[in-house]
Amino acid sequence: MTESNPIRSFLLGLLTWFIGLLFFFPVFWMVLNGFKEEADANTDPKLFFDPTLDRYRDIASGDQGLLSFGEAFTNSAWAVIVSTILVLILAVPAAYALSIRPVAKWRDVLFFFISTKFLPIVAAILPLWIIARELDILNTRLVLIVLYTAMNLPLAVWMLRSFFQEVPRELIEAAQLDGASLRGQITSVILPIAAPGLAATALLCVIFAWNEFFLAVQLNPVDGSTVPIWVTSNVSTRGNFLARLSAASTVATLPVLIAGWVAQKRMIRGLAMGAIK
Amino acid sequence: MAQVRYDEATRIYPGTDIAAVDRLDLDIADGEFLVVVGPSGSGKSTALRMLAGLEFIDNGSIHIGERDVTLVPPKERDIAMVFQNYALYPQMSVAANMGFALKQQGIPKEERQRRVAEAARILDLEPYLERKPKNLSGGQRQRVAMGRAIVREPQVFLMDEPLSNLDAKLRVQTRTQLADLQADLGVTTVYVTHDQVEAMTLGDRVAVLESGKLQQCASPREMYSRPANRFVAGFIGSPAMNLLEVDGGDGSGVALGSMTVPLDGEVGRSVGAHPSVTLGVRPEHLALVPSDGDRTLPGRVSVVEDLGSEAFVHIDVEHRGETTQIVVRGEGESDVRRDDNVAIGLGGPIHLFGPGGERLN
Ligand SMILES: Nc1ncnc2c1ncn2[C@@H]1O[C@H](COP(=O)(O)OP(=O)(O)OP(=O)(O)O)[C@@H](O)[C@H]1O
Ligand SMILES: [Mg+2]
Repeated sequence: MTESNPIRSFLLGLLTWFIGLLFFFPVFWMVLNGFKEEADANTDPKLFFDPTLDRYRDIASGDQGLLSFGEAFTNSAWAVIVSTILVLILAVPAAYALSIRPVAKWRDVLFFFISTKFLPIVAAILPLWIIARELDILNTRLVLIVLYTAMNLPLAVWMLRSFFQEVPRELIEAAQLDGASLRGQITSVILPIAAPGLAATALLCVIFAWNEFFLAVQLNPVDGSTVPIWVTSNVSTRGNFLARLSAASTVATLPVLIAGWVAQKRMIRGLAMGAIK
Repeated sequence: MAQVRYDEATRIYPGTDIAAVDRLDLDIADGEFLVVVGPSGSGKSTALRMLAGLEFIDNGSIHIGERDVTLVPPKERDIAMVFQNYALYPQMSVAANMGFALKQQGIPKEERQRRVAEAARILDLEPYLERKPKNLSGGQRQRVAMGRAIVREPQVFLMDEPLSNLDAKLRVQTRTQLADLQADLGVTTVYVTHDQVEAMTLGDRVAVLESGKLQQCASPREMYSRPANRFVAGFIGSPAMNLLEVDGGDGSGVALGSMTVPLDGEVGRSVGAHPSVTLGVRPEHLALVPSDGDRTLPGRVSVVEDLGSEAFVHIDVEHRGETTQIVVRGEGESDVRRDDNVAIGLGGPIHLFGPGGERLN
């Protein structure tokens, strides 16, 4: 790889584009399908067609008696935002205690966190369901908030721990000598420096919670249902639904894209701050 | 402002057996500038961090003023520290960096601004107050770190190699400014460095550490002219003192190659008590002279380092049947050349150290 062979790099570039497009194509097709008539999407797939917004009108109006997009979106937003905030509030002190001033047996603690992810969630669903029923929180947003928090917490602790470890020790010591309390050290020194990491962690929590389907379907089939469940509600047993489902999927993807875009800006700003020395 | 006292202060890092700082006893007067110097790994930073409260003190105690601070957390010790890499808060402006400690103390905004502006004026930082640290040069960052310390008007300044990230010229310049500033402010200062020129020029007193143990604490002058032991003798001074093993003999004198160095009665008796002692002579206390029997030592020049104002001549001599090198300071612009045969004469005090390194004269 010392000298750049133009033919070789051209072929590599071509291959990269090919693989990239291969992965992107289904997404592209989905977006495209959302603007088609059902017939164009199903029986005789077309690349060129008369675009229509009818499918978006369909999903916006929804069917009588079924979950509306507005409700699903509100439920999802609640579950995602509240659980992510809870995760960060809990994970920041935990990560601090595992990195900057490690507690005794911090390795075991770290392992414990990740070990909670060893159990397949299916294996735990029945006890979870029974507990939720006993507590009378089945079909509420609350049950999802609690479970999404628990689901994302281990990952967040692990991620934040590694970001906190990157914070130069002298800065924390300087803050200590400058008289900052523990809270002051965390809020004015550690978090601003670890901000890109915090943004990345929050983004992952948002994505995982937003896309979560299994728990939502098991514990929350009616009132508190979330966007993924609303997407599946566009599957119809009568007639074609591919175009409509594509439109719904596209709508469901947008918030995550926006979150990613916002987080990315934050991450880049944080990286540009740099220059600790 | 306050005096500082280390009392048998010891630090043993967890997981190690040997003390990084071993029963350190130091008394630092109010307003004094104490420089701690020593080779790498000798425990200088550890000693400083113990005073800052950043390292646990396993044994002994530390006092600031009348207060025993052994178990007091850093933020209650009222000390300011300048770190080697400055440790400026990257997300804060220069002004915010300097005002951070005052803000923590709950000092009102106007007063904060006044004190930051004053420090910025002293340190020539006024044009940069709104900049972020990453947009400053190394020297400016260093001054911000100083500014952050002086706005606090603390009891003690701690500095851990604050000049080592500057280039040579700036280091010399900043060194003088630092000495000036400290004298003006009169704040007790503990300054760690491995650069003995800094130690000798800055310190009211210098403390030499080796392997966690205090070797000597004295004024630079005394440290230079009467090193307490062999280690200090070899460590302080550049180029280093010539140190040679010689036979104790009967105590009337010691033999350096074919040259005899006579000894006084009392010194002679303590030298005569050992079969072998170390003779130390600084390069400037030797001279190239005409050959004169056993009063001079013949040798052959191997290297001449001519610095213009002075020249250091490295000379191979025969001593105890082996060839060893002796450094002699000569005139600058000298016409001594490699392979010249010369004679070395003694023109100043000598130092004698016993087998344990202790000073004998
Ligand atoms: N956190 C630590 N854990 C274990 N040992 C340590 C730790 N920090 C320092 N040491 C050891 O303690 C001894 C003294 O270290 P210290 O940093 O005080 O040396 P120093 O004199 O400041 O050296 P330098 O000039 O290289 O900065 C060294 O042997 C070092 O290996
Ligand atoms: Mg050090």
